[in-house]
Amino acid sequence: MMALTLTLWISLAGAVVTAVLGRERPSVARVLALVSAMLGAGAAIFGAWQLGTPTGLVTLVRVPWIPALGIEFHLAADGVSLVLLVLTGIAAVAGILFSWNVEDRANEFFALYLMLIAGVYGVFMSFDLFQFFAFYELAIVPKYFLIAIWGSTRREYGAMKLALYSFIGSAMVLVGMIAMYVVAGLGSFDMVRLSSASLPNGFQVWAFPLMTVGFAILAGLWPFHTWAPTGHVAAPTAASMLLAGVVMKLGAYGVLRVGLMLMPDGAKLWGPALAALAVIGIVYAALVALVQQDFKFVIGYSSVSHMGFVLLGLAAANPRGVAGAILQMFSHGVIAGLLFGVVGRMVYDRTHTRELTILEGLSLARALPFAAVIFTLASMASMGLPGFSGFVAELQVLLGAWQSFPVAALAGGVGVVISVAFTLRVLQRAFLVAPGMVADGGGLTALDEHAGPITWAEKVGALLLLGTSLAVGVYPRLLMDWIDAGLQTPGFEALRTTMGWP
Amino acid sequence: MTWIATQIWLIPMLPLLAAGVIGLLPRRSDQPAMALAVGSMAGALVLSVLAFLFTLTHGGEEPARILTQFEWLRVGTAGAGVRLGFILDPLAAMMLVMVTFVGLLIFVFSAGYMAEDDNRARFFGFLSLFAAAMLGLVISNSLLLLFACWEVMGLASYLLIGFWFEKPSAAAAAKKAFIVTRIGDLGLFLGMLWLYRETGTLLFYDGGAGALEPGALAAMTTNRVTGTLTVATCISLLLFFGAVGKSGQVPLHVWLPDAMEGPTPVSALIHAATMVAAGVFLVARTFPLMAGGVDVPVQSGAGLALGVVATVGSVTAVFAALMAVAQTDIKRVLAYSTVSQLGYMFLGLGTGGVAVGMFHLITHAFFKALLFLGAGSVIHGCHHEQDIRRMGGLRRWMPLTFATYAIGMMALAGVPLFFSGFWSKDEILHAAWGWGPSRWPFILGAVGAFLTAFYMTRQMAEVFFGPHRGGDGGGDGDDHAAHAPATGVHESPRVMTVPLVLLAVSTLILGWLGTPAWPWFESYLSGHRHVPVAWDRLGHAIPLMVASTVIVALGIGLGWMLYGKRPRASATAADVMETRWPRIFAVLRDRFYVDEFYEATVVRAHRASSRVDRWLDRLVIGGLVLAAGALARALAFAVRMVDELLVNAGFDAGCGVMRWIGQGFSRIQNGGAQRYLGWLGMAMVVLTILVIWGWEGR
Repeated sequence: MMALTLTLWISLAGAVVTAVLGRERPSVARVLALVSAMLGAGAAIFGAWQLGTPTGLVTLVRVPWIPALGIEFHLAADGVSLVLLVLTGIAAVAGILFSWNVEDRANEFFALYLMLIAGVYGVFMSFDLFQFFAFYELAIVPKYFLIAIWGSTRREYGAMKLALYSFIGSAMVLVGMIAMYVVAGLGSFDMVRLSSASLPNGFQVWAFPLMTVGFAILAGLWPFHTWAPTGHVAAPTAASMLLAGVVMKLGAYGVLRVGLMLMPDGAKLWGPALAALAVIGIVYAALVALVQQDFKFVIGYSSVSHMGFVLLGLAAANPRGVAGAILQMFSHGVIAGLLFGVVGRMVYDRTHTRELTILEGLSLARALPFAAVIFTLASMASMGLPGFSGFVAELQVLLGAWQSFPVAALAGGVGVVISVAFTLRVLQRAFLVAPGMVADGGGLTALDEHAGPITWAEKVGALLLLGTSLAVGVYPRLLMDWIDAGLQTPGFEALRTTMGWP
Repeated sequence: MTWIATQIWLIPMLPLLAAGVIGLLPRRSDQPAMALAVGSMAGALVLSVLAFLFTLTHGGEEPARILTQFEWLRVGTAGAGVRLGFILDPLAAMMLVMVTFVGLLIFVFSAGYMAEDDNRARFFGFLSLFAAAMLGLVISNSLLLLFACWEVMGLASYLLIGFWFEKPSAAAAAKKAFIVTRIGDLGLFLGMLWLYRETGTLLFYDGGAGALEPGALAAMTTNRVTGTLTVATCISLLLFFGAVGKSGQVPLHVWLPDAMEGPTPVSALIHAATMVAAGVFLVARTFPLMAGGVDVPVQSGAGLALGVVATVGSVTAVFAALMAVAQTDIKRVLAYSTVSQLGYMFLGLGTGGVAVGMFHLITHAFFKALLFLGAGSVIHGCHHEQDIRRMGGLRRWMPLTFATYAIGMMALAGVPLFFSGFWSKDEILHAAWGWGPSRWPFILGAVGAFLTAFYMTRQMAEVFFGPHRGGDGGGDGDDHAAHAPATGVHESPRVMTVPLVLLAVSTLILGWLGTPAWPWFESYLSGHRHVPVAWDRLGHAIPLMVASTVIVALGIGLGWMLYGKRPRASATAADVMETRWPRIFAVLRDRFYVDEFYEATVVRAHRASSRVDRWLDRLVIGGLVLAAGALARALAFAVRMVDELLVNAGFDAGCGVMRWIGQGFSRIQNGGAQRYLGWLGMAMVVLTILVIWGWEGR
């Protein structure tokens, strides 16, 4: 029962220990970080396995925090939380494996990294709205430093942009949260109680868009998505893996837990608008990805496009769509992490460029065959090929969307075709072009001698993520049974009744 | 033998495992990879034959239909999940035997053909994956599982067409194939979503609850979208769009000829046993839906969807045949002929039902594999020369290839009695003749038959007859020696010729399974196993058989006239039809006792229309695709500009304003942190008051 809470404590402890370690011993810092991430992931997976498929909410810790305001420290989990906790554990381990080469201020890097992970674990286990918000902020702050200190291209700009967007979103959520506390009049932030409080319709009408947009900014909702590509590009590899892998999920998770679960009337009213924005995001970001010249920008925009499926599934607000959205959170977390890992670590650290016009002269398929194979498979996963997790997730989202908004499902399907085009384009240009086919790429003809071949850490990280996507794709019930049980819990009762779920 | 019926999944699993193991082997392990691929295919063949025998001996009047299902995922209340499953029925069993048999021969042939390639291990891995996907597709009892295999096959075709990705044309062709078929897949995907919404299941058969069983069909054929358009028709058309993409029908046929950039065994696999057959198979599998719930659509012309299938098929049959006439690459002629023959299969399905279309699919699979492997043998023998203008006279040095290729050619052309293509094509023409709504499909089919005979004769003549024109541009045109010319043309090794011989034998035998007098094939599909020979049925078919024989004879005769009698003198000489058509006109007038003017206009029309078609294909349809691509790129560029200049600039400008205001304030405030916090606190108070006041005020 307590294994799940360990995820949070281990990550926090790891962060503190790594921080006080001192800068002289980066190798110790990274081993420590890896051990804490692995212990955290182990705790998440073991804890989730221990719970089986819980049909209710399982409370892990519940103590008063600020009694005057009725605020509690309430860690709990249902099936939906379990899926995302497992994702966080896997993404955390993979991210550290892909940042094995960080030497500069390594202890601080990994301390901030683990702090971020702790915040994410915390959000996914929070069932007190105030505490939810506290962890949400805890996850955002380290992001800024990770990008601003260890980032690359225009890092201050990217970091500041990300921070500003996040905080604007947070401010919107904060206002909505306080108003909700007052309006519900329960004197409590308990999310399960709030969900059954049947908040007045007049309140939901304005609070749903306010809080949903506030959260969805972090999930890359069009037209508030521009922080994502610049942020991804500026971020160091591990940070962009986490950004796409779990941080964007926080936004989507907020939309699910606060938007849909607490304000189903608002969700019913605003569903079509949210679906429209989601679909525009899917197609628009895919189109933009089609003409980018920077490898990482392509992946960054693809991330926005794929997150559109999460929002579309949530907007559809039927069992199939919501379940698909949650599965897509997991799937995209794994696949986007892998794509960023290949681009940022395997390619960029060895070529020091992300320009496709230069990369196509390098014949990377010969120089880095492992990276080429992994990226090919990751591309297939990303474009939703059956057998990988993306297929079953996007399939369910579109099945759900078709039931609520057939036109949106059609447009989403078009988005899938465009995503094939841009993925193949970047795959061929980055890896499959042979030497002599293009003009000399700006004098850069060889790989960085110091970088060496693909290391064991990169291989393990890549295979971990790829294997996860494949396992879920072949046998989705690994996660679907949890998601299904999660949607049956009392917390979603109001949503089920409002939307008329069977 | 009954165990195989429930363990049918083993058949695709064998090559799939082989692909997986090959993927894990070190890069240079050629021999193990080859052994694994060929061995797994041989195993799959044995199991397929067992499954086939099971369906043959299955008792009862109804055809065998053994289902095995499992739950794949579950959402909401029990029963609302998605189940997948496998099916063994005559349709599946027949396809299994065909795919594994033809596939095995292609695998063996590849061992010889790819002997000098550095990446053979990888090649056999991809081939196995390809075969596994096709076998999985054939036994799917769920549209979702079928779609999954369909997509995996698309991936495998991408990898194989682009196998020599160092060639820019190969990389481009691979991408084109994947994207164009994916456009078709969108239709299939949407059809699938719609079907799920209507029936709540994606299983084809499920003891009465499947999507293709009477209950669901009745609902779909009574629900109307608008006017006379039923839901069943709409879903059928979406599914058919997927088939159009995969089977290279107009207007999505553009990828198929380019797919020739892959190694020749891949072409054989794509064009004969797998990939393109998948589209035809999809229509056959979902036939009850396509027919709109009508039991006997044949003759009555029921179902708008089948009408569309027949129309697209017949138009493609002629359209592609015209293009085949003007090709000079040995593989491209065959590629266009595949497109054309697939059109016949759709024509057969649309007008005659499952048995008619599928019979042609099976016979075509054998003789087209034979032709492609024969072409591979020729290319191998001529040191990777593919231009038929640089060949000629090869029968002297490649007798076995010549003999087998001739059998394949005659089957494709539809030479009577001893060649399978004759019987299967004749059944299609017969069905088209009896089709109620329109006579056009039959006419187009007949024209296509003529063209097919013509272009295949032209190809035979150019490749195997006349003087050899290889090497230095036709200089050795008078070389009539019995030994190989200086260019070193040679017969292929045993590992390549044995598959040719086996395929040729099958081509000769198969036709007898579906003659009008003894329609075993049709009876087998519908579950009747005891088929008496009835000569009177032959009587009804004889007039049409005679007619089609005449058509084929005309095609071959004309082809031989133009290319065989007066063989091309040198590789650079212009095509007879291209420059010297007045002389052809004269030759025709001398040889044929038919209206000379008519013949001449046919030839002239050939030339003109095949050029127009090629132009249409290259410029208009290819251009449309290009234009659509350019438009998408332009749109994407505009969107990017909007993104950077407007959405993003808005953000930057917003920040600028904030900074400007901040600077203004800081000038006033001079940076007192406490004062700043004070402002913040005051703002929060005001905000809270406003919120509470606003709430109280209501």
